[in-house]
Amino acid sequence: MKIARKVQAGTMQSSDLMVFLEPAETLTVTIDSTVLKQFGELIRAKVDEVLRRHHVESGEVRITDRGALDYAIEARLETALFRAAEE
Amino acid sequence: MGNFMLRRSLLYVPGNMPSMLQNIPIFNCDAVIIDLEDAVPLSEKDAARHLVKHFLMNYTERNKELLVRINPLDSKWGYEDLKVVLPALPDGIRLPKADTPEIVERLDTLLTEFEEELDLEIGRFRVLPSLESALAIINAVGIANSSQRIFALAFGAEDYTASMEIERTKGGEELFNARTRVLWAAKAAGIQAIDTIFADVNDMEGLKAETELAKRLGYTGKCLVNPRQIEVVHDVFAPKKEEVDYALQVIEAIQRARLLGTGVISLKGKMVDAPVVKRAARVLRTAYAHGMVDTLIDEEAIHGAQ
Repeated sequence: MKIARKVQAGTMQSSDLMVFLEPAETLTVTIDSTVLKQFGELIRAKVDEVLRRHHVESGEVRITDRGALDYAIEARLETALFRAAEE
Repeated sequence: MGNFMLRRSLLYVPGNMPSMLQNIPIFNCDAVIIDLEDAVPLSEKDAARHLVKHFLMNYTERNKELLVRINPLDSKWGYEDLKVVLPALPDGIRLPKADTPEIVERLDTLLTEFEEELDLEIGRFRVLPSLESALAIINAVGIANSSQRIFALAFGAEDYTASMEIERTKGGEELFNARTRVLWAAKAAGIQAIDTIFADVNDMEGLKAETELAKRLGYTGKCLVNPRQIEVVHDVFAPKKEEVDYALQVIEAIQRARLLGTGVISLKGKMVDAPVVKRAARVLRTAYAHGMVDTLIDEEAIHGAQ
């Protein structure tokens, strides 16, 4: 899947997250979270897993997390990827 | 009555809010209706269905009935809602704007197609049609019989009053005919009837009064917009202790009657026969769900051995 345009998905409510995607030459992932210290690694692992599953090889991925659980991270990131890939 | 299932409280949960979805396991309602329709802005329809799909796929130890309210089938989102959400196995679909039997039949056909594709038992996904317009009320009887998947009819007063170009009041006089017609259609088809939401979450007395009216008329459950409403609704639908005691006496009396080779007997001067026994059985099943009696009444106690 290709990040073809700048998009965002999600909300700033608690237990949710915002995902920002932008086309770029290389793949970069930045994560900001209210629970970064405790769960930063796990969030990162989930994001990487979803990106791998959708064969995303380049683009700028920015996550602002408000304490979302795994299923919400997966859902918001997928929504953003579908939006970024649409014509 | 064989597939009796308690549905006193059906709580709406907005489909695009993780904080609410995550609470579904701890709500003590009988069913939830995850909403992809009115609670989701047009720009977020895609996001909400992905969120609901992933939530359902992770919610494997389910402790209540799970329905999803999709967007109307004639909108551009309805079909896509089904396609994304059904693989995550909700129990059923709440169909908004079920104005005609044909609309429900269309959903039935789509559900069969998805069941075939997903290799599921045909008829697995149940349907709860929303009767929420003048046209739907007129067509209630046909809608109730339009699909084997339908387990209840739901009355939707907010859209109904809009379609009638009238205000909805707390007294509910303006809803009386529609409420009754939905009930007749449901009872004649042998399915449940679910009453409309009560929107004012701070008015518990109003909610109680409306739920009592619905129960008196024959409704078996109510849709809710806030978890705080659950307890009030359960209290109203809970049988009173005297009702339960009387129902137990009725069952005992009819069993005595059968031993004597008759289907009718007098209990404290009042006649007990088949319809009275049926009503008592319903009270006892509801009482069982409330933990008021220890054993679930069996079919033989209700109908007698063949």
